[in-house]
Amino acid sequence: MTVEEIIEGLKEKPGALLPILHGIQDQLGYIPVEAVPVIARELNLTRADVHGVVSFYHHFRSHAPGRHVMQVCQAESCQAMGGVALTAHVKKQLGVDFHQTTKDKAFTLEPVYCLGNCALSPAVMVDGNVYGRVTPERFAQVVEEALEDR
Amino acid sequence: MKTAVYVPRDSSALSMGAESVARTIRTEAANRGVEIDLIRNGSRGMAWLEPLVEVSTPKGRVAFGPVSAKDVPGLFEAGFVKADAHSLNLGLTEEIPYFKNQERLTFARVGITDPVSLPDYTNSGGFVGLANALKLSGEQIIKEVTESGLRGRGGAAFPTGIKWKTAYDAPADQKYIVCNADEGDSGTFSDRMVMEGDPFLLIEGMTIASLAIGATHGYIYLRSEYPHAERALNEAIATAYQEGYLGNDIRGSGKTFHLEVRRGAGAYICGEETALLESLEGKRGEIRYRPPLPAVAGLFGKPTILNNVITLASIPTIFENGPGFYKNHGMGRSRGTLPFQLAGNLKRGGLVEKAFGITLRELLYDFGGGSYSGRPIRAVQVGGPLGAYLPESQFDTPMDYESFTAVRALLGHGGLVAFDDTVDMARMARFAMEFCANESCGKCTPCRIGSTRGVEVIDKIIQNRNREANVELLHDLCDVMLNGSLCGLGGLIPYPVLSAVRHFPQDFGIARNGK
Repeated sequence: MTVEEIIEGLKEKPGALLPILHGIQDQLGYIPVEAVPVIARELNLTRADVHGVVSFYHHFRSHAPGRHVMQVCQAESCQAMGGVALTAHVKKQLGVDFHQTTKDKAFTLEPVYCLGNCALSPAVMVDGNVYGRVTPERFAQVVEEALEDR
Repeated sequence: MKTAVYVPRDSSALSMGAESVARTIRTEAANRGVEIDLIRNGSRGMAWLEPLVEVSTPKGRVAFGPVSAKDVPGLFEAGFVKADAHSLNLGLTEEIPYFKNQERLTFARVGITDPVSLPDYTNSGGFVGLANALKLSGEQIIKEVTESGLRGRGGAAFPTGIKWKTAYDAPADQKYIVCNADEGDSGTFSDRMVMEGDPFLLIEGMTIASLAIGATHGYIYLRSEYPHAERALNEAIATAYQEGYLGNDIRGSGKTFHLEVRRGAGAYICGEETALLESLEGKRGEIRYRPPLPAVAGLFGKPTILNNVITLASIPTIFENGPGFYKNHGMGRSRGTLPFQLAGNLKRGGLVEKAFGITLRELLYDFGGGSYSGRPIRAVQVGGPLGAYLPESQFDTPMDYESFTAVRALLGHGGLVAFDDTVDMARMARFAMEFCANESCGKCTPCRIGSTRGVEVIDKIIQNRNREANVELLHDLCDVMLNGSLCGLGGLIPYPVLSAVRHFPQDFGIARNGK
C-alpha cells in the first residue's frame, strides 16, 4: 500500500492521525518527511500539527531503521536485574548507541520503558518478540535468531 | 482419547521460548504417533516456571516447568502425556502453593482457558454478568457497581460507581467508554495478562459499562509495546461481533456497542487520562486542565467513562456473583482483590491476586521467595515509577490504599519491584527525575523544568558539591512539583525521590537527620 492508500483507508475514522501514522510506519518502518504534508492536506491539519504529533511520540521515527528494531528495557525492574550492565553490553556488541543503526543496517537500537515482562527482567524486544532473563549468552542467541530470520 | 496439552501464548511465556516448545511438542507428538490436543492458554502467572506446560489428567492438570524445547523429547520418553514422573513434573498446577494461596476473582480464568475461544469463555461463567446486566436499568447497574466498593485500579483508586454516575448524569447525544490499557509503569503487567489471557473479560466489562450510561462506542487505548495483547484483543473482538456480543443488537437486546483497539505510540504520559484522550483524538499527548472531568466532557468533548483494564475486567465478576460477593473481600475502604505483580529482583516473580490487606513482606517472601540474587532485599518500589521506595522497616505495611498513604507511599497499580542491597538509591532517585524529564508532556512548568533541574541537583548532591544546601533545594523543588504540577507525573515523581532521601540518606552521603 502507498502512503496515499493508507491515508484514504483510515482518514474517516474519528481521531485518525495516530492510526494513519501507525499504518505508514507498519508499512515502511518510518514516517517519511515527504508524507507529512500529504497527511496534513488529507486531514485538514497544518504541517506543524502533524510534525508536532510525529515528534511527540517516542514510537514514531522519521528515518528508515535497520532490518530489525531492537528495544532494550531501561525501567526500574530491569535495572534491579542488571539492566544497566546489559545495556552497556548490547551497545558494545552492536557497536552503536541508542537511536542508531548498525553499519550493516541489521539493527536499530532503541531504549524502551517497560515491556511488561517485569517478572522475567531484564527484557529485550526484537521486532515485537519479547525475550526475558536476558544474559550476555542469551543476547548472542537473540541476535542470531534475528539474523536467521533475514 | 486425545490428551490436552497446554502451552501458554502469554508474552512472558513466549519470552522464555514457549513458541519453540509448542512447535517441538507438536513435531514430537506427530513423530511418535501420540495424539494430543495442543491448546495455547494464557499464563498462570508463575513467571519463574515459564514456559509452564500442562497436561490434562483425570485428577486435574499437571504442570511441567520451566520447559525448554530441548527438554521435550525427554518428556515424551518419560511418558509426559500420561503425566508420569520427570524432574520437571511439578504435580497438580492448582496445588502449587503460589497458585493455591491466591484469591482469583478477576484472574479466575486466566491461564486456564484458551483466551480467544468463546466456548471456553461462556462455559466458565463468561457473559453471565452481561446477561444479568441486560436485565437492569443504567441506574441499577451503577448502583451495583457502587455497592461493590470497586475503586479504580489504575492507581488513583477513585470510586468507580461515582465516576459512572457522573457520566450517567451528564446529558449528551453521544457518550463513550474508554479503556486505559497504556500500562506504562515498570513492574506492572496485570493489564497485559488479562488482555492476552482473557480478552473477552475486558470486552464484557466494557459492554456492561456501555449499558450503564448508554454509550454506543468504546475504545481500548493500548500501548504499542504490547503486540501480543493487540492480537488477542482483535481476535476476541472479531469473534464477539460475529456472535452478537458486540454490534448493533447485543444478544437481541436492541442495545448497541462498538469496540475498537487504538494503539498508543510509546508515550508514558498517555497513561494519564486526559493525555490519553488527546492522543485518541489524534493529538500530542498533552494533558488537559481539569475540570471539566472526562466523565462530563471527555473524548471529543463528550461524557466518557475512562477506566483501567483491571477496573473494567472486575465488572463481570460483580454482575455474575453480586456486589456483596466482591465487597466481602478486602479491608477498610479497599474492597475486593488486587492483582499484585511481583517484579524485579525476586526468585518467584509473577502475578498474585489477593484481597487487600496482605502485607508487603508476605508478598515478597511467602510468594516471591526473597531475592533472585540471594542477597538481602533492601528496597521495594511499589506502584510504578511514581511510587515510593519502601525500606525493610516498612515491609509489614498492609497492601491497602489508606495504609500506603499513611506511610507516604502509593499502592498504584499493584506492581512491586524489589532491589537487593547492591542498589544505589541516589542513582534511583536521579533516574526518577530523568524519567520524568524524558516523559513530561511539557504543559506545566514544575514538571517540564523541575525534572531537569532535579537531575542537576541530585548530581550535585552525589558529587558532594554544596551538599547540604542542595539537599534543601531538592526538598523545595519536590514541594513545588508536588503541589504545582498539573497531573500525576510531575506531581508524584517526588514520591520515589523523597522516599529514597528519607529512607536511604547514606546513599546521598547525608546523615539520617537529613543533613
